[in-house]
Amino acid sequence: MASPVLQIRDLKVTFSTPLGPLVAVRGIDLDVSAGEMTAVVGESGSGKSVSFLAAMGLLPKSATVEGSVVLDGQQLVGASAKVMRSIRGRLMSMIFQDPLSALNPVHRIGAQISEMLRAHQHMTEKAARSRAVELLEIVGIPQPGDRALQYPHEFSGGMRQRVVIAMAIANSPKVLIADEPTTALDVTVQAQILEVIQKVQAQFGTAVVLITHDLGVVARVCERVNVMYAGRVVERSGIHDVFDRPTHPYTRGLLASLPHAGADRLVPIVGFPPNMLKPPSGCAFRTRCLHAVDACGHGIPELQPIGESMTACVRAKEVGVST
Amino acid sequence: MSVDTTPSTGTAPLLSVKGLVKEFHVKASRGVGRKKRVVQAVSGVSFHVARGETLGLVGESGSGKTTVGRCVLRLLEPTAGEVFFDGVDLAELSFEDLRIVRRRMQIVFQDPYASLDPKMTVGASIAEPLVVQGIEGDHQEKVVSLLELVGLSADHARRFPHEFSGGQRQRIGVARALALDPALIILDEPVSALDVSIQAGVVNLFDDLQRRLGMSYVFIAHDLSVVRHIADRVAVMYLGKIMEIGPAEQVYERPTHPYTKALLSAVPLPNPRIERTRHRIMLEGDVPSPVNPPSGCRFRTRCWKATEMCAMQEPELVVRSDGQFSACHHPETH
Repeated sequence: MASPVLQIRDLKVTFSTPLGPLVAVRGIDLDVSAGEMTAVVGESGSGKSVSFLAAMGLLPKSATVEGSVVLDGQQLVGASAKVMRSIRGRLMSMIFQDPLSALNPVHRIGAQISEMLRAHQHMTEKAARSRAVELLEIVGIPQPGDRALQYPHEFSGGMRQRVVIAMAIANSPKVLIADEPTTALDVTVQAQILEVIQKVQAQFGTAVVLITHDLGVVARVCERVNVMYAGRVVERSGIHDVFDRPTHPYTRGLLASLPHAGADRLVPIVGFPPNMLKPPSGCAFRTRCLHAVDACGHGIPELQPIGESMTACVRAKEVGVST
Repeated sequence: MSVDTTPSTGTAPLLSVKGLVKEFHVKASRGVGRKKRVVQAVSGVSFHVARGETLGLVGESGSGKTTVGRCVLRLLEPTAGEVFFDGVDLAELSFEDLRIVRRRMQIVFQDPYASLDPKMTVGASIAEPLVVQGIEGDHQEKVVSLLELVGLSADHARRFPHEFSGGQRQRIGVARALALDPALIILDEPVSALDVSIQAGVVNLFDDLQRRLGMSYVFIAHDLSVVRHIADRVAVMYLGKIMEIGPAEQVYERPTHPYTKALLSAVPLPNPRIERTRHRIMLEGDVPSPVNPPSGCRFRTRCWKATEMCAMQEPELVVRSDGQFSACHHPETH
């Protein structure tokens, strides 16, 4: 495996709330390699978005970030606002579910992309404008020359997401973080956007982190999968292993709960995710786990190798790898 | 003009919708003079729902699926068309009579957070339909039995919505919909806001309730996998029209409308081997604006099979196989 371009170690994110400290991310390790599409999956509140907002330095002041995030040899935790500004959009970009909120409604699309270029590169206005049109073409916007002169409201949802991708890749970043980039889109448009992301990744060799709750999307485009639960990575596997031989009981539960052809009844995971203000001791999943024993309450399990996978379950070996 | 798409089971359907049209008037947002424009959200939709049956209504945003649901309940006044519930034409009813019929038709919305009053106890929320309908007596016993029916417990009645998780709140919404023993429930994206591990339990609940109580569902959703699981028949909508309707397994296994085929091929399946090898039909562009829909077949601007005829002549729903209909000049053959 290529050496990771983004290396996250023991990342912790704590929010101070009126009800006390809420630890949203409770120590995660994660490597992202160049040219690879890595999935971070989990349900609401699992900490998947917060982890990467922390890496980007985009969390509000009420959040405390600890641990280490190293991008291309540079430590980002504790970096100054000025340093982070020079990194965001140049070395690492992030796109979100709602493209409209990432675009300025009163500026033309082309101008917004060239602003992004000129913020990080010495370029003439004219050169930036023509590069903006090229970028629009790369992300599959027809008549890019004319479209560059239009405003965000003149674009459909899918086209807006393409524009945001064009902005994100304008400076050929090493890492692109895509946070639920297709969740707000219709399924036929989702397919188009996933193709654009794959194309961009192949063309620029960008490392892509795809944050999603949709296991179908993961199956389509990702090579490696990190499954998060209650602020921890509970399983890390290659794409085929995670679907064929899930090792963590939570991953298995998640897959079993999906509707599939021929199933008479669905199999939900019992109970509901823990309150992160007071998560259960030990393994956070044990309150919903069919295999939980007393030992699961003592100490948070660390990721350990099981076959080709890494899994954070003290009983993974006994409970066995299911198919 | 409306084609009979009911399977010939002999008994009269519970719900029968004929030529339903719903127009919205919108102000043009730009330009001088501000011309009023008309959006036809639903353009002549006909379908039936049998007793104890689940009809899935699927489509992308702007397809009109939610508007159909609201017109059926007359939460929105249809512009044209007829809605027969248990043989009664709802348009003919007075406000008072409609209220009585409405006891038997209920709706569950997508957002379990928005559909419960945060200041009312769960018990009071569930009993509210009984109070509104002027049903006498102390409803406590009924509330407890409804809570138990949806997998909650009697002591939940005294608590407030904020004390519950999303899945539990959706169960409360279902309990409230069941309070008046409805024969039909419109489920409008009822599990879309829930995490998958929770969603499965709520889908099972719908299955169980139907088995026990025998009501019909119109299940409106954009998630085709969930619809396949729960629906007996499915109607695929695009820009205000039904493109294809028929038994769910048939439509999923052997779609006859190109749009259905493209839609199904776009759904990501949680299986990397299938995902990486199967042939996907990539539709170009987005759904056109309903303000100015394409002439003829509304799907033609994105269809790889479109010909001149598709622009000239609007295709009617035509039977393709047992109970399966589609509106296309160039249907897929199997």
